[in-house]
Amino acid sequence: MNSEAGEGARPRRTIDVVNASLKRRYAKERRFRRLGATAVALGLAFVVLLFADIILKGYTAFQQTYIQIPVSFPAEAIDPEGTRDPEVIGDANYMAFIREGLRGLFPEVTQRRDKRQLKGLISVGAAQLVRERVLADPSLIGSTQALWILADDDIDMLVKGHIDRHAPEGARRVSDQVIGWVDRLEAQGRVAKRFNTIFFTHGTSREPELAGIAGALMGSFYTLLLTLILSFPIGVGAAIYLEEFAPKNRWTDLIEVNINNLAAVPSIVFGLLGLAVFIGFFGVPRSTPLVAALVLTLMTLPTVIISSRAALKSVPPSIREAALGVGASPLQTQLHHVLPLAMPGMLTGTILGMAQALGETAPLLMIGMIAFIVDIPGGFTDSATVLPVQIFLWADSPERGFVERTSAAIIVLLAFLFVMNLAAVLLRRRFERRW
Amino acid sequence: MQAWTLVVFLLATMAVAYHLGRKRAIVRAGGASRIKDLHSLPAYYGLYAALWAGLPALLLMGLWVGLQDQILITLVTASLPPEMLEGLSDGRVGLLINDIKNLATGNIVSMDVTPAIQVAAEQYTRLRGIFQWAMWLAVAAVAIGGLSFAWASTEPRMRARNRVEGAVKVMMIVFSSIAILTTLGIVLSVVFESLRFFDQVSPLEFFFGTRWSPQIALRADQVGASGAFGAIPLFTGTLMVSVIAMLVAVPIGLLSAIYLSEYAARRVRALAKPVIEVLAGIPTVVYGFFAALTVAPFIRSLGASLGLDVASESALAAGLVMGIMIIPFVSSLSDDVINAVPQSLRDGSYALGATQSETIRRVILPAALPGIVGGVLLAVSRAIGETMIVVMAAGLAANLTANPLDSVTTVTVQIVTLLTGDQEFDSAKTLAAFALGLTLFLVTLSLNVIALTVVRKYREQYE
Repeated sequence: MNSEAGEGARPRRTIDVVNASLKRRYAKERRFRRLGATAVALGLAFVVLLFADIILKGYTAFQQTYIQIPVSFPAEAIDPEGTRDPEVIGDANYMAFIREGLRGLFPEVTQRRDKRQLKGLISVGAAQLVRERVLADPSLIGSTQALWILADDDIDMLVKGHIDRHAPEGARRVSDQVIGWVDRLEAQGRVAKRFNTIFFTHGTSREPELAGIAGALMGSFYTLLLTLILSFPIGVGAAIYLEEFAPKNRWTDLIEVNINNLAAVPSIVFGLLGLAVFIGFFGVPRSTPLVAALVLTLMTLPTVIISSRAALKSVPPSIREAALGVGASPLQTQLHHVLPLAMPGMLTGTILGMAQALGETAPLLMIGMIAFIVDIPGGFTDSATVLPVQIFLWADSPERGFVERTSAAIIVLLAFLFVMNLAAVLLRRRFERRW
Repeated sequence: MQAWTLVVFLLATMAVAYHLGRKRAIVRAGGASRIKDLHSLPAYYGLYAALWAGLPALLLMGLWVGLQDQILITLVTASLPPEMLEGLSDGRVGLLINDIKNLATGNIVSMDVTPAIQVAAEQYTRLRGIFQWAMWLAVAAVAIGGLSFAWASTEPRMRARNRVEGAVKVMMIVFSSIAILTTLGIVLSVVFESLRFFDQVSPLEFFFGTRWSPQIALRADQVGASGAFGAIPLFTGTLMVSVIAMLVAVPIGLLSAIYLSEYAARRVRALAKPVIEVLAGIPTVVYGFFAALTVAPFIRSLGASLGLDVASESALAAGLVMGIMIIPFVSSLSDDVINAVPQSLRDGSYALGATQSETIRRVILPAALPGIVGGVLLAVSRAIGETMIVVMAAGLAANLTANPLDSVTTVTVQIVTLLTGDQEFDSAKTLAAFALGLTLFLVTLSLNVIALTVVRKYREQYE
């Protein structure tokens, strides 16, 4: 710099200053650009990470380990009088038959402690499954069958490789002896992983191998159905009024501001409302799809109203003018001409609102949906839980088997959400009209 | 359930009424050839009849179902021997009523069944039966009455269409007012319960106390469970988790919005934008699971390998995952406002020789700043109100700490824990949840109002 100034012959031109800084500025430009690209990459990486984590944890839950055991059903123990009366057949001790068969496979086990471990190979719910089977097919009585018996969740985890065999014996849930037995059974071809039908047909349970999402799915179904029945007409009605009929005054301004704010109120506050108003004041039975749907309706209404109004706005005024011109009343104009054209947009918004309702958990915790309910609900006023709450409850369970099932339940939930969002996108694509 | 059969009955009545009304109008006009004498199309006379048959009956039924329980409880409580209720708090009476109801419906009862309770339960069952039948009769009578009224008033000169449209309009107004009613319901429910809470605990202690331990002593001589309701640790915990979340979400969200709207090729944008927005559609319970079972153990082992002591339920894990959840929120809102900046501003800047990043930093961002600030405020309000992630990944211990590796608890976590355990109504413990809810509602509401105003002002500026 100084030497330049010293020469002093040539005046410094602006272009030189610019040129001198160009390299620095371009480097800065590249840095900024890379920063942006990194942010996008990070965002995408989080998506991939989340899905990979859930799927890797959960895909094994769609299979369940069964152990093949020769079980004999002695007629004199099950149905001594040969009446084939379901009540008599149902009363027999099927666990004893299964254990008998299991002991037959391991004749060397005589110690009391070992026998108890041997019993632990099979699920406590196995007897119930075998009982149902015999009830369905009484001709099994008196025969010996090689049945695939539901394994205990620890054995399931061992077979699926979720238990570290090299860990010290005290630090894992299965002993060396049990591992030896399972290996022996596997060598004999008596251990198999089959599709986990129980997961889709049973309600929840304290035992991972008996726990299923059928109850939660039905609860979610009833809840969503009622939410849809309530929120769609109310949302569309409100949207038509606010967009087409409402005079511009203080009251409608207030409603507008209100709707926008409600869309951003934390969902848990709606739970407090449900608890205090619906359950506390109106006496709606708690932990039912009915009260859940009422709360979720209030929660999704802003979404439905906002998207319905956007759909109405996109219908050009010429349609309205034409209808009014041929003598339709204002309401006929709306219902016969504007509404059908706005319907795809409204449905899209409603589906997205329903997807939001399907994934919602927090407000439902407040209104008692976290009760432990084994039975599959059969109506709007049965005690029920919903899928996200079931996920929350299972995530709290310490058993390794529940980690797997929680992830599987999440996969099912995400699959439903994916289908709903896809439907919304397709609907929009199919019926979107540019005027 | 009798209520559902009644609804089906009403729907059937409405369908019948529609047909009857239509037929009646045609008959009164003097046959199908004279329809032109009717004021409205025949279908409107049908709808008119259906509305008269259905609406009053439905309203009556709604009222009845809503109030039946209250009246039943009052009647049953009044019939209880007075010495049973003597010296019982309101909460205890509630429990007693609950037991009577459970006994009546064959559920599990929490206390010994005395003959008096047995009698009350029988009375409850009997009264409920009577009420159900009375409701059936009353509703059916109103439906038939409405139908006959419509039948009688159907004549060619009646303006059926105008009346039906009037009814539809009133219904639409009612529907739009539900938004107001919801807000009113939220405010009233949390305010009333909070006022009762502040009767027992002074607001000063609640807002400025530093010890949170909501267990109330069941007996007077119990040790160490006096109950302290100083919510400062909850506020700081919420603040810490939200700040961590924003530290993750704002840079990533904002930078990716800038990159995708200013730099990325059209195809990259078309692919990356929806994929990032997938994050917004994932239920929060899934994030909670991810935080509790994957991120928290990872941070813990990472901390252990660095020689740091990390709590198994650290604020960091919850905050990080919450940040991931909020990324699409920040990015799509920023994307909107960046795209709203007029192209002429960019062109002007380029014409002066600025590079793209200089244009973004010196021209676009300052122009979009109000909108971005509004978006960030909305995101903060979401972070504060987020529940499932912190319930599953943050702790219950109300630590007053500034260390993100420690376990903290938040307002929403406490609301959930206070209301999902064994509840006794009217205890300060349960009411505290509503006071926390009120605080949460007010804070998020004011954030939202500010943010929405800012965003709207900004939009108007460039429209």
